[in-house]
Order: sequence, then C-alpha cells, then structure tokens
Amino acid sequence: MSTYWKANQRRLAPWLFLAPGLLMFAIYVIIPIFQSMWISFYDWDGLGEKVWIGTANYAEMTSDPNMVTSFKNNIIWLVLYLLAVPAGLFIAIFLNQTVSGIRIYKSLFFFPFVISQVVVGLIFSWFYAPNFGLLYLVIEKLTGTGIAVLADPDLATYGIIAAGLWPQIAYVMILYLTGLNNVAPDQVEAARLDGAKGWRMLWYVILPQLRPATFIAVVVTVIGALRSFDLVSIMTEGGPFGSSNVLSYYMYEKALSEYGYRMGYGAAIAVVLFGIMMIFISGFIWKMWRDETER
Amino acid sequence: MFPRPIQHRSQTAQWVYAIALPLALILWLFPLLGVAITSVRPASDLAAGNYFGIPSYLAWENYGDVFRNTPMLQYIKNSFIVTIPTVIGSVALSLMTGFALAVYKFRANLLIFFMFVAGNFVPFQILMVPVRDMTLSLGMYNTYWGLALFHIAFQTGFCTLFMRNFIKALPFELIEAARVEGVAEWRIFWFIVLPLMRPAIAALSVLIFTFIWNDFFWATVLTTSPEAQPITAGLSSLNGQWVAAWHLVSAGSILAALPPVAMFFLMQKHFIAGLTLGAVK
Repeated sequence: MSTYWKANQRRLAPWLFLAPGLLMFAIYVIIPIFQSMWISFYDWDGLGEKVWIGTANYAEMTSDPNMVTSFKNNIIWLVLYLLAVPAGLFIAIFLNQTVSGIRIYKSLFFFPFVISQVVVGLIFSWFYAPNFGLLYLVIEKLTGTGIAVLADPDLATYGIIAAGLWPQIAYVMILYLTGLNNVAPDQVEAARLDGAKGWRMLWYVILPQLRPATFIAVVVTVIGALRSFDLVSIMTEGGPFGSSNVLSYYMYEKALSEYGYRMGYGAAIAVVLFGIMMIFISGFIWKMWRDETER
Repeated sequence: MFPRPIQHRSQTAQWVYAIALPLALILWLFPLLGVAITSVRPASDLAAGNYFGIPSYLAWENYGDVFRNTPMLQYIKNSFIVTIPTVIGSVALSLMTGFALAVYKFRANLLIFFMFVAGNFVPFQILMVPVRDMTLSLGMYNTYWGLALFHIAFQTGFCTLFMRNFIKALPFELIEAARVEGVAEWRIFWFIVLPLMRPAIAALSVLIFTFIWNDFFWATVLTTSPEAQPITAGLSSLNGQWVAAWHLVSAGSILAALPPVAMFFLMQKHFIAGLTLGAVK
C-alpha cells in the first residue's frame, strides 16, 4: 500500500480532494437535472404511480395561455433587468470620488443588495399599496387618481421588475466601483492630455478597461432576471389573473401549490426554463473557457 | 482617476456635489427608511391615517408584539441553525475541490471545474422536484438538515470557483519547493495552502451567510412549519396573516434584514472582496 501510494500520490491526491465535494454536487445538482428531464415525460402527482405520457406535457404547454404570459414576462424581465448595468455604472461614476465620508455613502448605496428579496418585496408592496402607499399617494396628488400598480394586470410585472432592479443596481454598482478603482491612472492622464473627456473618455478609455466588470455584471444580471422567483411570490403570486407570472414561479405553482401537484408538468416547464438559461450559461462558459485556455 | 476628482473642479461644482450626495442617498434608500419608520409607528397612527408624518411616539412595542404573537424567535433560530452549518460545510468542501483543481494537472480538470461553474448558474426549478422527493424519502423534509445539506451541495459550486481562482493566484513555487522536500500532498494542503486561505475563507463565509440567510425558494420548497422554517419563509407566511398590519410587517422585515446587514458592516472589506472577485484582471 505505502509504496503504491508513494508512487501514485500525485495522481490520486486530486481525486481524493475532489471526492466529497463532487459527490455532494452530483447528488444534489447534476443528477437531479437529468431526473427532472425524465420526470417531464410523466404524469405524476408526487406520491402515486408515475404514468408515462411521452411528450404530452410539452404539447400541453404550447396551448397553455399561462405559459405564453410567463414566457413573455421572462423576456420583459430580461430586457429591463439589463438596465441595471448602465444604471449601476452611472451610480458608480457618481460615487467614485474621494470626499470625506464617501466610504459610508458607498456602503449605504450597496445596502439594498444585502437584504433579502423577501424584505425587498415587502418594502415595495408597501410602497405601491393602494390608498396609503407612497407611490399611490404621489400619483394621486399629481393626476387626481392613484394607481394600484400590483393590482393592475398591465403594470404588475413592471412594478415587480422595478423592485428587483433596486438590489441589482446596487450589485452592479459595487462591481464597477471596484473596476474603476483599478483603471490605469497613466492611461487616463495620457488621454486627458490628448483632450479626451466626458463621454469620449468613458467610451474609448474607461469602458474597455472595465470589460471584466461588465462581463460579470451582465452574467449576474441575466441569471438574476431568469431566476426571479422571490419577488413574484411575495408581491403578486403571479397575479392578478396570472398576468405577472414568470416561468420560475409558474413551474412552482403547477408542481406544488394551488393547482394541485402536477410534478410532471412542472418538471417540463423547468426543462424549458433550463433550456433558455443554458443558452446564456453556455455563452458565459465558452468565454471563460477561452480565457482559461489562452493563459 | 475617472471621473476627474471633484476637488479639481470649480467651487460651485463641489458645492453641488456635496448637496447631491446626501440627497441621492435619501432618495435611494427612501423605501427602506419608510419601512424603518413604519416599524416604530404605533398602530393607532396607522388607523388615524398618519402614514408618513412623524410617529406620535416611538412604538418599540411593535417589535415586542412580533416576538410575543408570532414564532419569530423560532424563525430566527432556524435561520441560524441552517445557515451556520452551510457556511462551514460548503467552505470546507470547496477548500478541497478548489485545491485539487488549482494545483493538479489532470485531464478532466477543466471539465470538472466548468461543471461546478455551470451548475452554480442553473435555475433552481430544474432541481426542485427531484431534490424535494429525495429529501422526503430520506425523512429530512421539514428539517434543518434537509435544507442545510442541499445548500452545502449547491453552494459548493460557487465556492469552488472562488477557491480555485484564489489558490491559482498563490505563488506556485511554494508548492513546488515543498514537493522537492518530499512533503506529502495532504500536508502541503494543510500546512502550506490552508494558512494562506484565511482571506478567502473570510470572504466566502460572509457571502454564503448572506446568500443562505436570504434564501427563500428552498425554504418554501423544503420546509413547511415553524419548527424548521427559516425567517424568509416565516415572514412570507406571517405576511399572509397580517393583512394591513404594516407596522408589524415592517418590524418583522427589519428583524429579518438585521443579521446580514450586521454581517456586511462588520466584514465589509471581505464581503466586497468576495463579491467583486474577477471584476478586475
């Protein structure tokens, strides 16, 4: 044993170090992905016998109006959520000064990201609440009639996205603040001597140097937009009339909540969401892979 | 430095900045300030329509009511009992996986690394049905361990990415030198690499603490009753019972937000270092 170990230590060691983590990750993450795909071909209430129904769950989806709404809302989420990137950059530029107390300002601006999305959802529900919510009262003052954002099928999704943007902008801001901190000062000075300033300086000198920060900001924002569950659940539960549903919440609703336990159909929705996210994930991985192998 | 330091601009610009800064902050945190004030507003004010004025007195009893009339204390306890083992477990596992992936060259290395990275991005919903089913059949549904074990496994993905990149940035000569001396691989891990990992361990611990404390999805999927529900799920179910009792909802929200906020302020440097890993090259 000991001679074999001595001879092969370097070859075996990585696998021994990997074993516990890899095992846990396989059991709880990798294998369930394939199990979900498998379950999506069954009709199953979570307890009784599974009944194989082939692609019937997927066929049902194509004529499910809630599926269409959820899908549409996911796209709205994705597009509007990306506003967090320029907004975060803007705030980061605004805060990138060295006046006294700026450190405290930076941490307080970051605050919304630290608190739970459940709390963010409650805060914004209160902000939007009909009759006494602050936004409702302000709109009532200005136009004569208040708007109950979360009770309006046309507005609910936008109201939730606005709540989601609040912590997301804070996150992007901190990424860009770190990035700005590391911008090469000599390049900025050189560009300044050449007469670059304002927008041109930002576009041609600063942004190229911020590319790693932008990459991470886009990754976390896209993933965050497609993962949106907490806020929808807390603020509207997908309502009114399913108008603010997204795939991640609709799946949960189908599989576990009031519609009864339709695990197979829920799994099929999850597979669709997974497919959409895999498009983005593969893009990110491809870029990281290239960076990694180039080095 | 970009933008140009404000000190190099006109006196007026400096004044405008000095005023704009606190104003922007108040606007930014307005919803939060509103909730903080509502949490100490007496119920009688709300009944009388005083929603935004100065509270007629500071009603700390709202917090007392929350603790007396709801399982809030239990929820907070549950959150700690789930969060702390998760932090320890995922940091411990990822120290090893990160070490393996950063130090050794073998064929599947990058493949395994990117599997961890990709797994960390998948939607939770694709895991929900099988993980819930497995937790049920292991008899761990609605228990601390059912929730913590899943979190440990899932967070290992992100933590591995973090640890691996951190170890990769350490001077490799240290390990080379030790190998020449004939030091065993596990001793290299334990005595050479581990002591250098303190900043990474601190950064990851605060991040994972915050992520898990704030988790809501798995809390609703894997727990159902106050015996095991963490505070996020608890707050959500209380919200259903407290229709229009906004002073209580606010007090509960503030309580749920406090531990991660305290963690952030105490460990700010580590927190931001962890979050912005990779944002600079």
